[in-house]
Amino acid sequence: MKIQEADAKQLLRAQGLPVPPGMVVRSVSEATTAAAGYLADGAVAVVLKAQVLVGGRGKAGGVKLARTRDEAEAAAEAILGMSIKGIVVRKLLIGPAAEIVKEFYLGAILDRGSRRIVVMASAEGGMEIEEVAKRDPSAILRESVHPHLGLADWQARKLAFGLGLAGPRVKAFVAIAQGLVRTMLADDADLVEVNPLAIVRERDAEGNVVERLLCLDAKIVLDDSALPRHPDLEGLRDLDEEDPVDVEARKHDLSFIRLDGTIGCMVNGAGLAMTTMDLVKRAGGEPANFLDIGGGARAEKVAWAMRLILDDPKVRAILVNIFGGITRGDEVAKGLIEARAQQERHVPMVVRIVGTNADEAQRLLREARFQTAATLDEAAEMAVAASQAVGGAA
Amino acid sequence: MSILVGRETRLVVQGITGREGEFHARQMQEYGTNIVAGTTPGKGGQRALDGTVPVFDTMAEAVRETGANTSVVYVPAAAAPDSILEAAGEGIRTIFCITEGIPALDMLRVVEMVREAGARLIGPNCPGATSPGRAKVGIIPGSIHREGRVGVVSRSGTLTYEAVQAMTDAGIGQSTCIGIGGDAIIGTTHTDVLMLFADDPETDAIVLIGEIGGSAEEEAAAWAAEHMASMPKVAFIAGRTAPEGKRMGHAGAIISGGSGTAAAKVAALQAAGFLVADTPTQIPALLRSAGVR
Repeated sequence: MKIQEADAKQLLRAQGLPVPPGMVVRSVSEATTAAAGYLADGAVAVVLKAQVLVGGRGKAGGVKLARTRDEAEAAAEAILGMSIKGIVVRKLLIGPAAEIVKEFYLGAILDRGSRRIVVMASAEGGMEIEEVAKRDPSAILRESVHPHLGLADWQARKLAFGLGLAGPRVKAFVAIAQGLVRTMLADDADLVEVNPLAIVRERDAEGNVVERLLCLDAKIVLDDSALPRHPDLEGLRDLDEEDPVDVEARKHDLSFIRLDGTIGCMVNGAGLAMTTMDLVKRAGGEPANFLDIGGGARAEKVAWAMRLILDDPKVRAILVNIFGGITRGDEVAKGLIEARAQQERHVPMVVRIVGTNADEAQRLLREARFQTAATLDEAAEMAVAASQAVGGAA
Repeated sequence: MSILVGRETRLVVQGITGREGEFHARQMQEYGTNIVAGTTPGKGGQRALDGTVPVFDTMAEAVRETGANTSVVYVPAAAAPDSILEAAGEGIRTIFCITEGIPALDMLRVVEMVREAGARLIGPNCPGATSPGRAKVGIIPGSIHREGRVGVVSRSGTLTYEAVQAMTDAGIGQSTCIGIGGDAIIGTTHTDVLMLFADDPETDAIVLIGEIGGSAEEEAAAWAAEHMASMPKVAFIAGRTAPEGKRMGHAGAIISGGSGTAAAKVAALQAAGFLVADTPTQIPALLRSAGVR
């Protein structure tokens, strides 16, 4: 689960990391008031950042600087309500702008290959790390974290010196890098990224110019499997940005992802569900969704799944592909029959059920006059043909 | 011989008195697997599966009393990491974890401990393994198999059944079929399994089934190119139509930052000498054309 920058910064702050002050606002007037406050407190400028879970908000104009109250008002008006990759901006993070001296990248990721947490650092801050990796892999420094010992001081120091840091900044960096790993462990994150981690120039209480390291941006992806033991983090789920269909699917414990095509797919098992989508495409169609009903699904769950698929007006045909193992074919057949009886919109359906209790499933489906297929390839072809026969008459 | 499971398997079912554990234990026993014990803390002294299998409170007793060498974990996600550690700590060498939904950071620690104990973990979130005609451990339906000499390794469950059924229908039998699990952090990788197959005198060809996410298939391809050059190799990759940035059901099935795509995996496998099927039903024909009789 992705969380918003402002929430990610809170989690970093909770682990003692240096994060700039900021406030989340949902209206232009709140933004203007907040900006006026920061400017009155001595900030030279404020930064307004769209809070959305998609990347590329800077390029899309979702991050703006303002030096006056009026500029802040104009910036808030421009950003709130704008659409970034299809997501409407509903909230802003606003705070004093930092005077940046130098930017770095620092991230902790779950590395599948080595089965370790890996901390990555780069002197090319502000850039997407994937871009840096493509252009110059040697520009990324890596340290592998022992699962029981954590990131050792010497490892963090090595990264600091590798980035060209010196003096008191080395110690500060070590604390930040270790704090990143601590955040990852405390919150069960798959990814904790600070980009940029910046050396900023500030004035201290006596008015002297000082420089320090500050986490200017933060991105955290939480492990969905661990959310049950972090009820507080579940509260950070941003329902504003969730497709209502996803909320519904989660409620019924269905793994569902909406896509752009016209052929609804209902499958048991994630690998087979992906394969079914691929075969729809291969047969000349486009899948409308990924849907894994999971192992051992009962009739009622199948009926819910069918409702989710039919909620999508683009769907012109449905392909059901079940390889019964734990899942019993007859249970799925009963669910399909029940779902069709309640269905308001009639869409052609091709059903293929093999494995556990497939014979009984066949009998039920034949009696109910369902169109059935023997093989997966055949089922995909039949579903594509059915979707095209319906044409624009949906 | 087969790999990982066989006639020599002496299996403990961890969580044997639970709904899942009992159901699958029965299926495994019917298939011919030698289930020597079950464990459920607090239910020691009972007998499971119509009185044929003793239940113990601890793995220590189960191992001591029955000489078990393999275990399979059916306990819920919150307790499964502990069950794996208990098995490894009490000397079990091969541990299958069927349980889905274990947090990834738990698995990092567990994988490290299992490695230190010198044991092997398959999974989590895996369907287990079957050596047709000998034994099955996990949840793979026994009916789809046929005895033979092709090794199958896959990340998923039902997709594996699909491929194996197609092979069986075409008269191509299997030495061992293994599902290694769909999570990001798993105990045994595609490459680990290929290493076992390469050393198995009863495996003449392999089928590798992968999916989007990570780079385990690419690594397996590179290993196979070097060490299995003369063995017939067929592969299938799921997720050619999966969008970037979305987790496709399995925790590990996600394309991120342009890496982990099906296209990259297919290209790596082809370059390593694999015949890559466009659909699971093509697998038998490709095996034949690669020289499998």
